[in-house]
Amino acid sequence: MKALHWKSAFSLLAALLAAPLLAGPALADTPKTGGILKFVVPDEPPSFDGHRETTFALVHPFAPFYSTLIRVDPQDPAGYNFVCDLCTGMPKPTDDGKTFTFKIRKDVKFHDGSPLTAKDVHASFQRIIFPSQGVSSARKAQFAMVDSVSATDDETVVFKLKHPSGAFIASVATPFNFIYSKAKLDADQHWYEKNVMGSGPFVFETRQAGALVKGKRNPDYYHKGLPYLDGFEAIFAKTQTLRVQAIRGDQAAIEFRGLPPKSRDDLVAALGKDITVQESDWNCSLLVTANHSKKPFDDVRVRRALTLAVDRWGGSKDLSKIAIVKAVGGIVFPGHPLAATKAELEKLPGYWPDINKSRAEAKRLLQEAGVADLKFTLLNRGVDQPYTIVGTWLIDQWKQVGITVDQKVEATGPFFASLNAGNFDVTVEFNCQSIVNPLVDVSRFRPDAGDQYGKFQDAELIKMHDAMNKTADEAEQRRLMRAYEKRVLEDEAHTSVTLWWYRIIAHRSYMKGWKVTPSHYLNQDLAQVWLDK
Amino acid sequence: MLRYIVKRVLLMIPTLLGAAVLVFVLMRLIPGDVCVLRLATGGGMDPQVLQNCRAEIGTDQPMWVQFWTFIKGLVVLDFGKSMWTGREISEEVGLRFQLSLQVAIMATITAILLAIPLGTISAVKQNTWIDYVVRAFSIAGVAMPSFWLGILIILGILITSKAWFGVSWMPPITYVPIWVDPVHNLSMLIWPALATGYRYSAVATRMTRSAMLEVLREDYVRTARAKGVFQRLIVRRHALRNALLPVITIIGIEFAFLMGGLVVTEQVFNLNGLGKLFVESVSNQDYNMTQALVMLVVGIFAFTNLVVDIFYAWLDPRIRYNR
Repeated sequence: MKALHWKSAFSLLAALLAAPLLAGPALADTPKTGGILKFVVPDEPPSFDGHRETTFALVHPFAPFYSTLIRVDPQDPAGYNFVCDLCTGMPKPTDDGKTFTFKIRKDVKFHDGSPLTAKDVHASFQRIIFPSQGVSSARKAQFAMVDSVSATDDETVVFKLKHPSGAFIASVATPFNFIYSKAKLDADQHWYEKNVMGSGPFVFETRQAGALVKGKRNPDYYHKGLPYLDGFEAIFAKTQTLRVQAIRGDQAAIEFRGLPPKSRDDLVAALGKDITVQESDWNCSLLVTANHSKKPFDDVRVRRALTLAVDRWGGSKDLSKIAIVKAVGGIVFPGHPLAATKAELEKLPGYWPDINKSRAEAKRLLQEAGVADLKFTLLNRGVDQPYTIVGTWLIDQWKQVGITVDQKVEATGPFFASLNAGNFDVTVEFNCQSIVNPLVDVSRFRPDAGDQYGKFQDAELIKMHDAMNKTADEAEQRRLMRAYEKRVLEDEAHTSVTLWWYRIIAHRSYMKGWKVTPSHYLNQDLAQVWLDK
Repeated sequence: MLRYIVKRVLLMIPTLLGAAVLVFVLMRLIPGDVCVLRLATGGGMDPQVLQNCRAEIGTDQPMWVQFWTFIKGLVVLDFGKSMWTGREISEEVGLRFQLSLQVAIMATITAILLAIPLGTISAVKQNTWIDYVVRAFSIAGVAMPSFWLGILIILGILITSKAWFGVSWMPPITYVPIWVDPVHNLSMLIWPALATGYRYSAVATRMTRSAMLEVLREDYVRTARAKGVFQRLIVRRHALRNALLPVITIIGIEFAFLMGGLVVTEQVFNLNGLGKLFVESVSNQDYNMTQALVMLVVGIFAFTNLVVDIFYAWLDPRIRYNR
């Protein structure tokens, strides 16, 4: 498990670098118990089932009710270390890295008073990895390396893998992997879509459709002394203006997803020391994908010209002032050991330091492909941040090389319907992941990924990704990742990464114990949060 | 009168049926699929699961079967489950209906309290400074969108609370029924009621003024004046009662509109009302929910019109419905 050691070393480095930033009064303060945390959530999930849903709108109000087998270290949520939640110790893989044995705590109870055992953990992962017919599991594909899951007794869960995988532990730690009651699942596999009953730090109290979800402190929580809060209210508020006003008017302490720079500045100007700002690079990248099944986008020269025309380095400086994007990066989360360095990036098309040279090459390629006066429609999602803002910027970038682009903005529903049906020329889309785990995150670029909208085939790319997942050697992983990245962004130019998202959280200063993470899915059980009122 | 009411109620049936056909067809003309939305947002989707989803909510059925199911449900007032959340529509609509009804009632009361006295004074004092002020007030109300006024109200509260009390305060953004916590309830709903009630009152004020001006020129008013009846009595007993007929119509239409049409204002104040649910159900392609809401709003309009007609008879004894 060299990969894990490497991750630990990176976390240590990250922690050392971040220490001066984090060593503020929040760490020195002693947590206080009591109080109700109110926060706003921009959307409401269709169901309450974490195994089925993919949206942050499920995690923010419902994660506090559930336990997970393992998780990102809540003391260092921005890092890459995994610790136990329900298990007693992080397992050491056996059988040449193919078997993981988790020992389950004996002191855990579901909120209905029934004991939580290895059988519940087994039933939950069985549902996630091998869902029965009619059950929807959004993360089934992440566990393609798992051969079987079993509960050998009430305290032991064993995962057997088909091959060693550096992605397995991070997949287990995904915050959507709530542990459900086996008894409830046995009675009805769909029970958790409309009901809530977990073993997490908060007990479900009430839900008003379209309005709010309330939770109260779990007095029997197994992590002793936690949670600090008496309860929480997750308030659904769709408009961003209202969410910002709610924080300003103290009807809510925080919105966990993120705010644009202007809202941050408004809140700071209005509230001064009463507002605290935390920021982080975000494990979401905004992609531009051409529909390979449509001419002339079946021609790699045209796809490469599209990426060569875009000035990412300049765009980062300007767009980061108005939109939730900032870092320039390849397919891997910027700053991660597996990510391309600046020098490596600058060799890829679209990242060259000289934008004039890059655009000249784009024009040459378009000329060569016989589409010097290319015209197309850019399909975009009707969400300002960051989609339509970046989309408008892209149109201007393409104009610099003589490409004429119309933008077609669709609401989320029709947008995804168009993507799935392949009704577009070029689209702006995204790759948002929870735990920073590049081996899993870049599976999004595989031709067989469920959400690969470019409609391309590339057997070589699959082989490269499989090879990367089967090796635990970090140097080899890095070498393979560069080759994989080059194939995605240059050789085949299947898709291109514009800019990585940037997460800005502005919260009431009385809310303590919460740290920003590179994902809006992480660190949301609220057990560590307390109010200094 | 009873015969008239029965006749009107029976006439509502073809209206409701027409609306049912229209909403059923229109919803299916919008591109998209609720199952694609439920399963595909932010991730991939298994074709088998997609098929299961369609089978579960019935969108894999032939169109005529879907229509027949809808009509059967309409007859017994059972609209089934939301295609988006899987929950009973009655459960989803219940709390929101309560909130929307309260806002509509509060806005109507605000409008009546403003519009009738102002419209009357404006007509009686025609072309005086009072008339000019009232007209400016009402024109501003018509011109100003209520959601914009709502935003101004919230910003005003935030700024003045900070200036006067040192802390920024804004109205609550979660709904509590009035019998549970009247202070919380009213401090949340009074502002949207004022914002919408002002626009509503502006329309009604102008209508009251013009109706009053017309009635005040009628022969019977002149006769009353000639008989020496006090001006106040003429206005209250003879003119206003007759002038209120078109005003009542406007109030009825606006009330019905407020029940489902406050889409943007609801978002400004985070009101979990029927308008917000309407927009969400359309964008989620939730046919069942949209159909139920359209039928509810059509029903409210039809009922409100019936009530308005009954008011007509009460206000103007010359109107006889049983002829």
